[in-house]
This record gives sequence, structure tokens and C-alpha cells, in this order.
Amino acid sequence: MATWRLTTPLTEAEIRQLQAGDLVFLDGRVVGVRDATLIRIFDQGIEPPIDLSGAAVLHTAPNVRREGDRYVPLSVGTTTSARMDRFTWGLLERYGVRAIIGKGGLYLPESLQAFKQFGGCYLAIVGGAAAWQTLQTEAIEAVYWEDLMPEALWVFRVRDLGPLFVAIDSHGRSLYAEVGAEARRRLGQILGGG
Amino acid sequence: MIVVGPEFYEAVERVAAQAYVKALIDVPADVRGALEAARRRETHPIGSQVLELVALNIRTADEHQILVCQDTGTPVYWAFIGSGLAVDGARLEAAIRRGVEAATRDHSLRSSICHPITRQNPQTNTGYRVPVVHFEFAAGADYLDLVMLPKGSGSENQSFLKMLSPADGVAGIKRFILESVLEAGPKGCPPYIVGVGLGGSADLCMVLAKRALLRPIGSHNPDPAVAALEVELLEDVNRLGIGPQGLGGAVTALAVHVEHAYTHISQNPVAVNIQCWRGLRAAARVYPDGRTELLSQWQPGG
Repeated sequence: MATWRLTTPLTEAEIRQLQAGDLVFLDGRVVGVRDATLIRIFDQGIEPPIDLSGAAVLHTAPNVRREGDRYVPLSVGTTTSARMDRFTWGLLERYGVRAIIGKGGLYLPESLQAFKQFGGCYLAIVGGAAAWQTLQTEAIEAVYWEDLMPEALWVFRVRDLGPLFVAIDSHGRSLYAEVGAEARRRLGQILGGG
Repeated sequence: MIVVGPEFYEAVERVAAQAYVKALIDVPADVRGALEAARRRETHPIGSQVLELVALNIRTADEHQILVCQDTGTPVYWAFIGSGLAVDGARLEAAIRRGVEAATRDHSLRSSICHPITRQNPQTNTGYRVPVVHFEFAAGADYLDLVMLPKGSGSENQSFLKMLSPADGVAGIKRFILESVLEAGPKGCPPYIVGVGLGGSADLCMVLAKRALLRPIGSHNPDPAVAALEVELLEDVNRLGIGPQGLGGAVTALAVHVEHAYTHISQNPVAVNIQCWRGLRAAARVYPDGRTELLSQWQPGG
């Protein structure tokens, strides 16, 4: 299990070297999106307001305080990725996103295929650990689509964001699929009286 | 019977706000204890690291007095009204609502509540029929206990109900609960507190599954048959190997709490309501003269 330190924007070569189980610490910019943001992009066909090529996107909607014309992060955490599973393919194929930071994993075969085909990965953060994550969020650099508040499109500047676990890599491995298959096998044993 | 006055409702509003904020910042003592025991027990390389980070996060929230998790949840309250009080229920509910709105405004809490069709967010953490307020009654008490549960959505989305048949028996109940935990898998932030409702009608069964989350870890259902099922289910859930955050490990759940009710002769309802590792809740007591105290732990009937 290797530990990597990466800075955004991310390149395909950087992502391809990551193996499931590795740890990543991230510097640079992270783009916050979630349900309403992705519905706007993919279901309503509205182009995102910023270039997402090489981006790390985070499934989030933070607690913020408005000070003048800017927002101060009060609690930046991570939401359950599975609700946004069907947008993964588009984020990678159409917009060139390289990393999705989330919690709880992605499961659609086309999401795993997208990571493999386009060179992307899923980085698992510890869900619920927003206090720690907030300290690693230096600033909110920009906010778009404020009408969706708190589900706006956020640009966070992060330092040492992590540790992030490489839970789905670009080589077809998913820790969620592996743990899930083993749990299903054990459930069979338990119910079979084993 | 004491007829309560304005000072009582003002106190309810105040503690409804305090309990909301406290529940979001301060992980309850029993949950901390269970997480610490889990950290010592866990041997999986990733699971151990996850539990170290959970401990680090709790310390960070304590030190900086910031939210443990970003999700401000669905505000759910349980009001246990002492039989010694004459309370105006509508006024009580309105006071709780104002408390949620005050906490949201004064602490810049994210508003997590919206209309189910238009998705319009009023930015108050309240709306039609929200906060969710349950009422119960405590015989002999001359105070109100208010228990607050800001239910995170990652775990609330992992809710399950099945109207089994009597012939499915306890084996069917166990199967459904274990399959529900497997389906929740990594999505609701394990290690979990698994809330289970048994019996009742469909609506009561689901309420009981959530009511089970109010109980401190380490407590058991007073009915020995149900308590035995809690012990058995916890062992089985932890044999699944889902582990902290679903990345593998020995600790999938910190506790399984089962609350039950009698049911119809032709029914065998079972409900599961998952709680994330934060186990977040806070409780307060309000006296008729408006005195209040935050309770470090709320016990059923206590």
C-alpha cells in the first residue's frame, strides 16, 4: 500500500499509478457537486460553469457563513456517492474528471468501466469526518449556481486533504465489490446455519 | 396537575435549539465508548485506519467546537410529556419548530430540508410537517424530556420495511435484518447502530426502528426474548465483514437495538432504520417553571 501526494489538476499518468488500497493526500482545488448540481448538468443539459478537465470532484454540500461577497467554510464534509452513481460516466467521458472523492462507493458497472477506460479513480474519504476535512479546506475560492444553495457548485482550495483511500482504481479493482462479495458469501453461511 | 405558562414554552424553544446544535457537535459518551472499544478490537488494516480517523475527527470537533459531520440531518424530536403537566400540544410543537429555526440561523447551519416535488429549500431546516415531532407520555413525571435526533441522510436512506408472514418466524426476521445491513453496506457510514422495529402496524413498526436509536449503547430491551435477539443479531452483523466505512473489517455495527410492539395475528412486520457511527442525539429536561437541564444521557423511563 503506497502513499501518494498529488496536486490538481490530475493527469492520466498520475491516476494510472494508483492501486486499490493506496492512500492519497491531495493539494490544490476540489470541485464540490451533488444531486442538484449534477441533475442540472446532465438531466437539464446546462454546461458546468468551469473547466473540469483533470479535476477532482467531491460529493458534498457544506455549511458556510456569508461574509461580504465571499463564503467562509464552517463544515465541509462528504455525502453518499451512490445517489450520484449514474453521473460518473458523463463526468469522466464528457468533462475529463480524473478523481471522484466521496463516501460509500460507486456500484454501476459503467462507473467502474469509466474509471478503467478514461483513467479515473474513486477516492474514499471517511464519511462523517467533516471536522477534520474542514481543517484541510483552506478557502472557498468560488461558488456557482447559488440558487441551488447549499447544493451549489463549489470550488474549494485544499491542503493535505486526506488520507483518501483509493477504493476504486483505474485497473478494474473495487474494494467495495470485493468486500460486498465476501459479505454476501458470509451471509449465506450465517443463514445456512454455518 | 401544573398548567405550564409562557416561560415553559420559551424554555422548550431554547433547549430545542441547544439540543440540535449539541447533537451535531458532541458525540454522546456511550457512542464514544463503543467507538473506542471498536478501535481496540479492529484488526483490518483499512478498518483500523478508518477508526483512528473517526477518533481524530471527534477530537477535532471537540477542540474547535465545529460539526462532527456536515449533514445537519432531518430534525427529529421525541417529546416525553410528564403526566403532571397540562401542556398545549400545538404550542409545544410550535416552540420546537422555532428552536430549529433559531439554531439554523444563529449557527449558520446548512438547511437540509426541501419540498419533495419542487425541491425548493426554505433555508430554515423546517417545512410542512418538519421538524418531525413524536409525542409520548411519562406517568408520574412533572417535567418534559426532549430528545433530539438530527437524522443524517446517508443512514436514513438505508431504511427498510417488510411485512413478513407469521410463518416466516424469527428466522425470517433475522434474514431480513441481515439482508438490510448488507444492502446498506458502506453507504450509511458504518460502524452502525442498527435500529430495528418488530411488530405493530407498518407505520408503528418503522417508528419503533427509529425510536430504538434513542437508547444508549449497552442498554437492552427489557423483554428477555427481544434482548437475546439483539445480542444474536449484533454477532451475526459483525460476521459479515463489511467493516468501518464498508472497506472491510470486524466492526460493522456498534449495537443492534430492537423495539417491539404487539402485532396482528396475521402479521409479522420488521423495520430497519440505520444510524451512522456518530450516533448523534441530545436530550434535555424542561421543568414547568422554565428551568432546563441538558441530560448527558437519556434512558427510557429514566
